[in-house]
Amino acid sequence: MSEEKLPLLKVRDLHVYYGAIHAIKGITLEVWKGEIVTLIGANGAGKSTTLNTIAGLLKPRQGSVALDGMPVGGSGASKMVYQGLSLCPEGRRIFQQMTVRENLEMGAFSRPNEEIAGSLEEMFQRFPRLKEREKQIAGTLSGGEQQMLAMARALMSRPKLLMLDEPSMGLAPILVDQIFEIIQELHRSGATILLVEQNAQMALSVADRAYVMETGVISMSGPAAELLQNDDVRKAYLGN
Amino acid sequence: MMIFLDNLINGLSLGSIYAIIALGYTMVYGIAKMLNFAHGDIIMVGAYIAFCGLQYWNLPPVVAMLMAMVVCTLLGITIEGLAYRPLRQATSLAVLITAIGMSYLLQNLALMIWGANPKSFPGTFINSFTLHLGRLTISSATLITILANVVIMIALTLFTSRTKIGKAMRCVSEDRGAAQLMGINVNRTISITFAIGSALAAVAGVLLCSSYPILQPTTGSMPGIKAFTAAVFGGIGSIPGAMLGGILLGVIEIFGKAYISTALGDAIVFAVLIIVLLVKPTGLLGKPVREKV
Ligand SMILES: Nc1ncnc2c1ncn2[C@@H]1O[C@H](COP(=O)(O)OP(=O)(O)OP(=O)(O)O)[C@@H](O)[C@H]1O
Ligand SMILES: [Mg+2]
Repeated sequence: MSEEKLPLLKVRDLHVYYGAIHAIKGITLEVWKGEIVTLIGANGAGKSTTLNTIAGLLKPRQGSVALDGMPVGGSGASKMVYQGLSLCPEGRRIFQQMTVRENLEMGAFSRPNEEIAGSLEEMFQRFPRLKEREKQIAGTLSGGEQQMLAMARALMSRPKLLMLDEPSMGLAPILVDQIFEIIQELHRSGATILLVEQNAQMALSVADRAYVMETGVISMSGPAAELLQNDDVRKAYLGN
Repeated sequence: MMIFLDNLINGLSLGSIYAIIALGYTMVYGIAKMLNFAHGDIIMVGAYIAFCGLQYWNLPPVVAMLMAMVVCTLLGITIEGLAYRPLRQATSLAVLITAIGMSYLLQNLALMIWGANPKSFPGTFINSFTLHLGRLTISSATLITILANVVIMIALTLFTSRTKIGKAMRCVSEDRGAAQLMGINVNRTISITFAIGSALAAVAGVLLCSSYPILQPTTGSMPGIKAFTAAVFGGIGSIPGAMLGGILLGVIEIFGKAYISTALGDAIVFAVLIIVLLVKPTGLLGKPVREKV
């Protein structure tokens, strides 16, 4: 673990409501620089709600989010990316009617124009498929390609923290492997990642630490390798 | 044949005005997801401002037109900020009713300021010459209107495809949440959209009153409704659709009046709209809406 005193991301006692529905009931978690932390849990546990709240799309009723020790949030989602937070949302949500290249450029909206070309090259190197399809309309890409585009677009802002919400959703096993390889590569190059996944097996095997969510609260946490061996986790999320 | 060409040119000219107004409707709809029914009345305000500049202050026509554009831009931004922004999370019905209310407010304000008596819009550079092509005569107003339409179309296309703000508008139009994640300020983007739409409304107001020089507080209503129809006709949310819809509507209206019935001109326009929507519910160039899961 890092020797720095402060975690990169610190979420403290977060409460989120959808109208009268109390979806997140006091979540506390942290992510240290260079880590992959995964958040696993059943459908409807509140994983996406947590990420969306950290990203500023939802307003917490209570609790705080701090990045590098600085409180963030309260000023809307469009400010977050300037502070170094980038969310690759559930369902990808790429701009379907724009080209691959335009999507990537929009990912760098928060950065000065002259820096974009360099990052674009970087992404094309990491995702050669996107380079081949640079001028294609994003809505016509295959599911796997759309996911790569969504991840590349999120990386274009050069975030301090990359949040991925179910990057393997709806993909064939071979593509799931590819996505997780990319995540590991990003990890090796020093990225800090908060990963939400249904595929607990895969998520736990790439992550350093993990949190398990159950209906709005964190029920377990610890090193990913330990949770992978934990009987309760195995029963509930790994199917054996 | 001559009469046919005459009608065609008149139709293109009227259609160009509809198209410029329809662009405002369609851009605001595409980006803010609301029908700004007060848009037609912005045209009227623009025309009055230009009228004052020309008639009372003897300003050069170009300056009067620019003044109208500036005033309408500010008016559009103000209306959006004061009346529509607080309703961003409200139901679309609440927003629609607010927009209708805003339309009446603008008309009543115009009534207070300029009175009910129709003003006769002065001729300007826009009506300065006529072009003779064989036996065909084309007035400068017609020519300038069509030309303005083409220039605006090209400028808007370049703006939305090349500039950072233009691309941000397309992002907001597609997915507001994802746009915010990119760092795009949605409120600012919507404000800019209203600014552009309203400036275009001012241009449309001056062009309209140059060809049809009677100016009163309700001047914007009918062209506003027709342009809204044009936007739906072409596929609401689509910029080329607004263009195509506007021009077709103008041509159909003039031909309907010339060859079928003067009295039924407007009814014919709407009949065509209904038929098109029956066959293609999204309008001529509209994209089918994908329901998000
Ligand atoms: N827009 C909404 N309005 C009302 N309730 C919502 C909304 N979005 C989510 N919820 C509720 O909040 C709870 C948490 O949902 P969330 O999407 O965060 O779950 P999740 O863990 O991401 O699930 P999944 O794995 O299926 O994506 C669920 O009970 C859900 O029904
Ligand atoms: Mg989810």
